[in-house]
Order: sequence, then C-alpha cells, then structure tokens
Amino acid sequence: MSNVARSTKVVGAVATTMALLLAAGCSGGGDDASADGSVTLEFAQWWEPELPEGELRALMDTFESENPGITVELLSGPYASTKEQVVAGAATGTMSDVVGLDGAWVSDFAKQGALADMSQLMTDAKYDDSQLASQVQIDGSTYMIPVVNFVYPMFTNDDLLAQAGVDAPPSTRTEFTDAAEAVTALGENTYGWIVPLSLEAPNGIQNDVMSWAWASGGTMLKDGQPDLTNPDVTSAVDYVKSLWDAGVVAPGSLTMKEQDKVEEFTNGRVGMMIDSLAHINLIRESNPDLNFSVSAVPAEDDFTGERGIPYASWGIGVSENSEHKEEAWKLVDFLMSEKTNSDLSSMANAFPGNTTSVPDFVEDDETFAAAFEIYKSGYPANEFVGLPVAEQLMRLFDEQLQKTLTGDQSVDDMLQASQDAWTAEF
Amino acid sequence: MRPALADRDAETGLDRSTDVAPAPRRRKSLKRTLVPYAFLSPTGILMIVLLLVPIIMVISYSLMDNVITNKNPVFVGIGNYVDILTDPTFLVAVRNTLVFTGSSVVAHLLLGLGFAMLLNTKLLGNKVKALFRVIYVLPWLFTVAIIAVLWRLMLNPNGVINYLLNTAGIIDQNIEWLSSPSTALFAVTFINIWAGYPFYMISLLAGLQGIPKDLYEAATVDGASARQQFFNVTLPQLKPIIISMAMLDFIWTSQQFALIWMTTGGGPLNVTEMVSTFTYKLAFSRYEFSMASAAAVIVLLATLVLAFFYARHQNARD
Repeated sequence: MSNVARSTKVVGAVATTMALLLAAGCSGGGDDASADGSVTLEFAQWWEPELPEGELRALMDTFESENPGITVELLSGPYASTKEQVVAGAATGTMSDVVGLDGAWVSDFAKQGALADMSQLMTDAKYDDSQLASQVQIDGSTYMIPVVNFVYPMFTNDDLLAQAGVDAPPSTRTEFTDAAEAVTALGENTYGWIVPLSLEAPNGIQNDVMSWAWASGGTMLKDGQPDLTNPDVTSAVDYVKSLWDAGVVAPGSLTMKEQDKVEEFTNGRVGMMIDSLAHINLIRESNPDLNFSVSAVPAEDDFTGERGIPYASWGIGVSENSEHKEEAWKLVDFLMSEKTNSDLSSMANAFPGNTTSVPDFVEDDETFAAAFEIYKSGYPANEFVGLPVAEQLMRLFDEQLQKTLTGDQSVDDMLQASQDAWTAEF
Repeated sequence: MRPALADRDAETGLDRSTDVAPAPRRRKSLKRTLVPYAFLSPTGILMIVLLLVPIIMVISYSLMDNVITNKNPVFVGIGNYVDILTDPTFLVAVRNTLVFTGSSVVAHLLLGLGFAMLLNTKLLGNKVKALFRVIYVLPWLFTVAIIAVLWRLMLNPNGVINYLLNTAGIIDQNIEWLSSPSTALFAVTFINIWAGYPFYMISLLAGLQGIPKDLYEAATVDGASARQQFFNVTLPQLKPIIISMAMLDFIWTSQQFALIWMTTGGGPLNVTEMVSTFTYKLAFSRYEFSMASAAAVIVLLATLVLAFFYARHQNARD
C-alpha cells in the first residue's frame, strides 16, 4: 500500500470515528419508547437518598408490575444537585418525565413553560382530585402536587428545660423567652434557641423566622404581593431580634445551615429549635439518650386563633417536554394512591398528601402522634410555596435580617428594604 | 501543435508537457497537508464543541435581556454589563475576590517556599524529611468538600480551634470565625491558604532540587553568606517557576467557588461574597442567566489578561 493510500485510509478512519463519536454523543436523549411500545420514564428526585435504602426502588418495582410496559428509571441525588439538574433540564428542554419538586421552585418553572399543566392531565385521566390534601397552582392550573408533607414544629430538649426549671414546653412568646433565658443561664455553652441563617441555603427564613408570624395566624402577603411591613411580620422580626439581643441564640447563626442546627440540638447544647419531623429518627439514632418532645410553635401571648404550622413538601410534577405524559401521570397517580402514599409517608416520617392515607408511625410513635395532633389542630402554612424566585426572596430577607441582628439597621428599615427588594422580584 | 521530442518521456514516449501531468503531485501534496489536520481534528472538534461554542453562547447570552427562562429574549447590548458593573454587591464581590486571591497567592508562595526549603535542607535526616513531606502534603489530598466540612467543624464556636485558644489563654470568649463579619473573610482565606500551599511546596521543591550545586559551591567560594545565596542563587533560579505558579494560582483562586459556597455561602453580610458566588446566585437563585453571563464574561476578560501574561512568559522562557 502506498503512503498516499495509507494516509487516505487513516484520514478516512479518523473522520469516520469522529462522526460516530459525535453521532453517539448527540443521540443520548433520543426517544425512549422502544419498538414494542414499552416506555421508560425518567424520575428525577432527591427522595431516594433520604429514604431507607431500596424503599423507593421497591415502590417503583410495584408500579412497574402493575403497569406492564412502563419502566421507571430513578435519577437520584441530594436536594441541591437535584435542583440544579432540574433547572438545567428546564433550560435545555431535557427535564426528566417526572420530577420531584419543592414548592419554592414551581412558579419559576411554570412560568418558563417547563412543567406540564397537571389540571389538564387530571382531566384527561378523569382523576378525582378531592383526595389530594393540596395542589400548588399558578394562575388556576396545578403544576405540583405535594406527595408528602414535613411539618416544622418546635423541638424541646426536655431534660435541659427541666434542668433550667422549665416544667413544660413554652406555648407563648413570653414563655419561650423565659425558657430560652433560663436554659442559656445554665452556662457551659448551652443556649435557649438556635436559628440557621446561612446565605447558601436561606430556608431558615421560611422555617425558623417567618414561622413565628404564621404561628400567630400572620401573613407576609397581601393579595399575593409582598406585605412585609405589616404588624404580623414586624412583630415576628421584633421578637427574633429581642431573642438575639438577649443573647439566648446559639452562636454561629449567620452562616449556620439546617444540618448544623440539628447537630447542635442533637448534641444537647440547645434547648429549643423549630425543625422538620423528618429529623426525628436522625436525632434518635445520633443521640438515643436525648429526651425531647415536639410542640406547636409558640404564638403571641394573646393569640387564640388557629395556628399556622410551617411545612415543606416533596412535591411532584410532569415535564412539559415529556413524550409520555399519560404514563407519567400514571406514576403520579400511583404515588398519590391511598396505599402507596401511606407507605411512602411511613417511610419518610411525613404526613401524606392523600387525605385518606394514614402513615403507620402515627399509631406507633408518641412523638409523631403528638406532631399529628399539632398538624390537625392548626393549618399548614408556607407562603413561599408558589412565589417567584422563592429562594432568592428568602436570601434577600436574610441579608437584611443579618444587618438588623448585627445592629446595622432597625427592624422597620430592614422590613422596608426587604419589601422593596421583594417587590422588584415580583 | 505537437510537443517537442524533449517534452516526451524517453522510455514511454508519452507527452510530459501537458497541463494534466502535475495534478497527481498536487493531490498528493494536498493530502499530505491535510493529514496532520485530520489527526488534530478530534482535539479541534472537541475544543470547538466544549470550549468555543459555550464561550460564544455565554457572550451572546450576556447581550440579551434574559435567556433560558425567557423564550423570546431581546437584544439589549451592554445593558447587563452596565447593571453588573454598577451593582454594589458585585463591587463588594470584586474587592473580596482580590483580597482573598491576593492574600492566598502571597501566603501560598511564602509557605510553599518555606516548607520546600525545609524539606530540601541537609540539616534534617531522610526519615524526618519523609515524615514532614507526608504531613505537609496532607491538605492537598483532601477534596474541597472535605476541607469545607473539616474546617466548619474546627471553626465552629464550640469547635476545637476555640477550645485550644481558650485553653492556651489566648481568648476568653468563643469566636464565631465563619459567622462574624469581622473574621469571616480572614477565616475562608486562611482555609484556602491551608488547602493550597502544598502545590507550591511540591513544585518549588522540585525546582530547588534542580538547581545545579555548582552555583552554590561557586557562591561559597566567593564568600557569599546563606542569605546572599538565597537571594542571588536560589530565588533567581526559582523565578520562572514562581512566576508561572503565581499567575496560575491567581487565576485558579480568583475562580474559587466550592470552598466559599460550602463554608459561608458568601455571608455573613456579603463579607465573603466572591465574584463566583455572586454569579452563581444570579443564575441559580434569581434565574438571571443573562446577568450571570455578563458577570462571567467580565471574569473571563480579567482572566484573559492574566492568561496573556502567563502565555507570554511561557513563550519568553521557550
């Protein structure tokens, strides 16, 4: 073979290889329906890592056996990376068929046209939605269905409180302040309350700060628009500031994240915190000797109305770009069915999104039973659900709150600045 | 007209003077010219797809009102750049980035050089030096996530650092290293210095070991002191490595994101906000992808200046 002929062959081989590589690279997201009509659904969520190993896969196996021809591929990751994956998927039109959603994301994805109108899917499937505990809607259409809900009651370290001379968990703000001061006075690095205000994950604003307003029936919105300077929010922030100034808040708050809060409480250094029921098992496993209980978040002293209890959801939605919306809805329907939803909420230690479902732990566990009573006696409150750029709203509020706590501005100035910043985002 | 005999091949009698004759040589020559490009094409295509196209896309994004979340973006020219450059938080982020990066590079260099000289000295035995090498290089073996978690635990108000300082009587009250506006930037810079000096140390140690011993012997014969040998032999010999590494470190450190994000998230009160965290928040928290693209392009331009000097320095060496 001459040099030229050899060279020609080499060039051809290189070009062919490149073409094949590029073709292979570009064909990754092709149609996932096979020739025999079977369908593979991608389901992206952060739930699997937070559930006991193999439990979510087992549920999917059940779904697959009940729905021959549909296979579910779980795309699992931590919460933060799932969010980034969903954002990227929404941007590029490659969002998974079914996606786990946080209520804080829904508005942006819905406006972007990345999520399918689930009201339409329910109508097409002749689904009776009366059994759903809640639906997250934008402009009258449902884009997310909360599958399970995690409420955020107040956790108290009862031994620490008893040591400080506090007989029962506080139920009013004054009682809370007294208890927090008493626990802090014990010394040895113990503090009454802990609040995570990290700017990286600013959900402490929702769960640990705004919850004080919701617990007294307050609101931060008016006609769907920001209303941060109203007496409810002012009172709540004034109260948080008073706790801070009293020195009863555990140090490190300004960069503390939720897991840091739980760790400090678990180590017995904090008397009270507002936290998710999802962490009960974690606390028990980490410190079996910790004697703690859950109660409703304290309200204003003269408040007699129904208390709002903060919650967070594992929500579910369907991608607008999915070529298999009908099959995707079947998966949603399966997860929201009475039996499956009971199982899932039992596994997750959460309250079910189906009103007819009853998780096992309510009957078996005293702490969860107490939490269920709190849940039933109040109303789930999370006004960030469905708001545009909800996480950014929390961060903007957080930035202003940090300035207030460090003495750089008054509460009134802080709320006005937050109001202005929020209004610009709506 | 028939060609002259001289133009015919002596053996075959075929005409060699026609215009067709040189064509195979040109084809052959063209193929030879193309072969190297064919071999380079995989790399070239990958660079175009993975580098050039994204850069062009980000530049085009930065000139739109918003993209990705907006299906019909409108061209706004340099509007996003004006907004970014007049944003007080961005200016704070730039200042913080310069402080963080400048301090880190200088400290990396000093620590790296100091430890490299310690490991190169004849005063220590081989076993001691081997032990020191393992200890000194440890920070470089951890991933950023582990470094962040480790230092968050150690710098916790109830962590081991405060305990040691309390025990030693240096402080009488726990310091909120990462949560206090007065110490947070110092704390994250310190962590970054701790995590990055081994790279300098290893490179400079290799450089030290490559300096010809003759130079030191000549200096000794000339009566140069240790200090004079350091400034007149060691440093000039290490200069090319130091300059290259300093420029690379400046580029890398100015783009540090994970460490800041996982330790302080840019807080408290934006005192540790860097250009990288500012850009990330614009994109993934506010969904302002065009603004984030503009911020990224500004960083790209700044980095290009450094990269230009780095490349010129490398060329000068060659």
